[in-house]
This record gives sequence, structure tokens and C-alpha cells, in this order.
Amino acid sequence: MSSDANGAAVDRMPGVEPVPGSAKPDPILKASGVRRSFGGLTAVNVERLEVQRGTITALIGPNGAGKSTLFNLLTGFDRVDAGEWSFQGRSLNRLSGHKVARAGMVRTFQLTKALTRLTVMDNMLLAAPDQFGEGMLGAFARPVWQRHERLNRTRAEELLDRFKLLAKKDDIAGSLSGGQRKLLEMARALMVNPSMIMLDEPMAGVNPALVQSLLGHITALRDDGVTVLFVEHDMDVIMGISDWIVVLAQGQVIAEGRPADIRANKQVVDAYLGAQHDESGGEPGAETDTGESR
Amino acid sequence: MDFAYILTAGITTAIGPIAAIYALAAIGLNLHFGYTGLLNFGQVGFMLVGAYGLGISVNTFGLPMWAGFLVAVACAVVLALLLGIPTLRLRADYLSICTIAVAEVARLLYRAEFARDLTGGVYGLQGFADGFYDMNPIPRGSYGFGDITFSARDVWLMLFAWGLVAVACLVMWLLVHSPWGRVIKGIREDEDAVRSLGKNVFVYKMQSLVLGGVFGALAGVVIAINQQTIHPDQFMPQVTFYLWAMLLLGGAGRTLGPVIGSVVLWFLLTVVDELLRGLIQVGALPFLQSSDAGALRHAVVGLVLLLLIVFRPQGLIGDRKEMLVNVK
Repeated sequence: MSSDANGAAVDRMPGVEPVPGSAKPDPILKASGVRRSFGGLTAVNVERLEVQRGTITALIGPNGAGKSTLFNLLTGFDRVDAGEWSFQGRSLNRLSGHKVARAGMVRTFQLTKALTRLTVMDNMLLAAPDQFGEGMLGAFARPVWQRHERLNRTRAEELLDRFKLLAKKDDIAGSLSGGQRKLLEMARALMVNPSMIMLDEPMAGVNPALVQSLLGHITALRDDGVTVLFVEHDMDVIMGISDWIVVLAQGQVIAEGRPADIRANKQVVDAYLGAQHDESGGEPGAETDTGESR
Repeated sequence: MDFAYILTAGITTAIGPIAAIYALAAIGLNLHFGYTGLLNFGQVGFMLVGAYGLGISVNTFGLPMWAGFLVAVACAVVLALLLGIPTLRLRADYLSICTIAVAEVARLLYRAEFARDLTGGVYGLQGFADGFYDMNPIPRGSYGFGDITFSARDVWLMLFAWGLVAVACLVMWLLVHSPWGRVIKGIREDEDAVRSLGKNVFVYKMQSLVLGGVFGALAGVVIAINQQTIHPDQFMPQVTFYLWAMLLLGGAGRTLGPVIGSVVLWFLLTVVDELLRGLIQVGALPFLQSSDAGALRHAVVGLVLLLLIVFRPQGLIGDRKEMLVNVK
């Protein structure tokens, strides 16, 4: 795997202690005391979490660990019971989903949400921020918004080209395959010009041949300066591209660190990787569970 | 049986003021359901507040006609806000339950005894539309082609009603072919996705509910002018279901869908009615009285709609490819 090359050659987290809740030199997202319970079940109880700007951070954990709930809380799609968090120094507490997106933190969904009866191009144009014609009255001033629309269209075409969807731009999104919808969702999120993108299981249900190109897109995002936080289950993928890994179990952060730290972390291996190793036996993902094979 | 007469009667209804009224209200429903995905089962409530907004302003408060129009529109805005503020943040079904209830509650309120000074209670209001007909610039006489004729009064009303339909269609076309329209179509597909892209979904749904309601109120205004009398019990829930039938028949999510739906459905209703009457008269249906025709025509039209849903679910001018797309 490229993990060693990636992790060892460029350590994007120099000097950061691999302990839960460790402080980062330049955090784009800071959360503390974030808690959410459903009835008697505490789904998320994150003491402290910081995400370093310009890195790829993976959020992993067994099923039901609270990864998606944490995503929903941070992006304003669910309400916290307690806790606060700030993004680029601005508090996001109690902000609704659309305001969080406008602040520059854009998410995708575990179950892809392509707007199926709109064309691929309309999916993209919809996402462009600050459109004059988006107001009900502004909509009637066609000459005013049409110029802006042309610029957006050019940008959308560039993004679609990058995600190999340009040929499909006039098809309705419902005609795309599952993998293409994942690509469209990612391209569409980029149309918002986010400083941080939150991907909820971007590889789920994607054809293995496409996984490599999706990975390429994610690392390219980081190289463009976008911070990436993503939830994923595929260990190969996580170890391969992450700069930093946060392990969640039963709603709490039980470990943090570089891929190598996580592999060597006894607690994680016991709680998560080891358990998966036992279950999945000889599956390809299993070999990354410990550092021994290297 | 006189087929020429039946056809004439059908066409007369299809281009008459009633078809325009239903087209206008169905355009509002098209904005709600066809473009924004809001399930409104109480469009008749907007028609009611529109009709009474005009009637009460002119009759009770002695305001001029144009002020009555503004009051009708304002009433629709208020009703939409009342409906939307508590329900639009919730799941789609809450709105639909509330709309059907609120429309019925509004009808009962307007016919209640305590409201009688204002609304005329069960007796309704009369004689508020004179101002409209006084403005009629069309000389007396009969207008039309062939056997299809209208009086000057009807022509004036039809010009006004179809003029409103044309304006409503233009407004709708401009809106749905704009970035605003793209956002509401996105909300119809998946509102969480649209929210995640930084759009205030609640505001868009509210705007859609208000504007569609205003179209409903304008339809109510034309009802009031057409009949020159209004009473609460003509605003029963089935009016909304006629509107739904027209919208689905014409094609939801198409600018002209509701207009075509209204024209075709009124044509069908009249032709089937006249046909049944004719058949009963010549004794072809011995087990029926001619008074049964009115009820039976609804069954026949119901059958036509059923066949339409089976064989042409996208409506007359809908896009089948879009309709059958895998939404999951």
C-alpha cells in the first residue's frame, strides 16, 4: 500500500501526539463536549476533537459507533444535547444545515442524494453559491443572473470533466450508476467552494475499479487546499490515504493518530480492527489490521 | 342523439370561465406538488379565502373592486403562512394532513353563525361583482363561431379569466426556468441534499406555498365574479380532488399541464354527461333516469383517469422518461 510512502514521506501532522483529543497546530474544526443521546442511548459523547487544516482525516469505528450521528451534529442536520464546536474560528452551535454549508463546511451523504429528475448540469448549477436568480424576485431579472449563470456553467463543466462526467451533463441524474452518483455528489459539493468537505462513506457501493479514481479525487482535493473529513469502512482505503485517523467507539474518541499509530494501537486492534479481522478472515482488508505484515 | 350539439356543449365548457378558474387553481397546485413536492390537499381553502376576500371587502366594507383583489391575495398569503410556519419544517405528510383539515375548518368558520355579519353565514354573499361588469368594454351582442356562442358578459369574463391564466403561466415559466425554479425542483427530489448545498429550504417551500396559494385565491376571485354570489358549501374538499385529477391528467411539473388538464377534463365531463343524457332519452339505458347522468359521469371520468394512470402515468404532456426514473 501507499500508506507508508504517504505517511512517512509527508507527515502533515508534525509533532502531534497520537492521543485522543490531542491539540493540532492549525485546527480548522474544533469540537468539545459534543453529546447527543437518543432516549437512554448516548450515541455521541466526544470530549474533544480537532481537525487539522489541509489534511485528510478519517473517522472510523464499528457499526453504531456514532460516526454518522457526529457528522449530522457537526453539519447542523441534527441538534446536540450539549457541547460546542467552531469552524475556522466561528462558532457553529445551533446553526441550521444550510448555514453550516454556507460557512464552508459541506457534507455528502451515506446514501447518495442525487437529485434524480434534474440533469447532471442542473445538479451542479444548483450548488453554486450566491446566485442572484435564486431569489424569488431575482428570478425574473433574467439578464442579471444569466451572466453569472454562464460563469457557473464553465466552472461546473471543469469539475464534471475532472470527475469524468462531462459526457453525461445533459442526462438526468437518475440515469447515472451508483458510482457515478457518488462522483456527482462529490463534484456538486465542490461547486459550493467549501474549505472543508465531509464525506460520509464515499466508497460504499462503488465498483472497485472506480475506488482508485475516487481516491485520486480525494487526495487531489487535499492538494488543492480543501480539508477532508471522511467516514469509511474499507481499511485499505483508510490506511492508504489518511493523514490522520480518529477512532470512534460507542460515541467516544478512543484513539487518534497517524495510520501507523492506529495499526500499533492495541486498544483499537482489540476493539475494532481485531474484531473485524476475526470475522472477515482472509478478506483483502484484513491484512492491514496490524503492522506485522510489513 | 345530436352529436354536433354534444360536441358544441363540450367545447363551450372547455373554453368557458369555469375551465379557466380550475386551470388557475391547478397552476397553484402544480407549483406546490409538480415543482416543489408539497402535498397540498386543501387548495380549495385558498379559493375560499380568495372568493370571500373579494366578497367581504366589496359588500361589507364597501371597498372598490381592485381593493377586493388585493384583500383576496393578502388572505391567501396569511393562510399560507398559517399553514406553512408550523408544518414546513416537518416531514411532507404533516403539511398534507394540515391542508385538508385547514381547508375544511375554514369552510366551517366562514359558514358559522357568529361570522354571519361578515360572511353571510350559510346564505353567503351576493351582488358584489357589479363593479366588474360595469367595466365591460365589449358591446352587447353574441360572439362566437358556429354554434359556440357567448354573450358579451361571458366574453369579458373569459378574457379576464384566461388572461389571468396566461399571466400565471408566464410567471410560472419564468420562475421554473430560473435558478429559483432549480432550487425548488431540487427540494422536490431531496430537500436534505439541497440543504447540504447551503440553500434555506424552509424559505423556498414557504415561497412556493404562498405563491401557489395566491393562484388559488385568484381562482376564488374569478369564481365569485362569475357567479356573482358565493356560499361556503361550494368549497367542499372534492374541489381540491378535481384539481388533482386535472393536474395529473395534464402532467404535473409542466407549465401547461394544469391548463390542458382542466380544459380536457371539463370537456370530458360535459361530453360524457350529455352522451349519457342522450342515451337515457332514446331509451338505450332503460335502468337509468336522466337525473342519474350527473352522478354517473363522475364514474366514467374516474374510469378514464384510472386508465390514464395505468397507461400514461406522466399525464398528457408529461415526460415518461422522467416519470419512470429510478428515484432510489
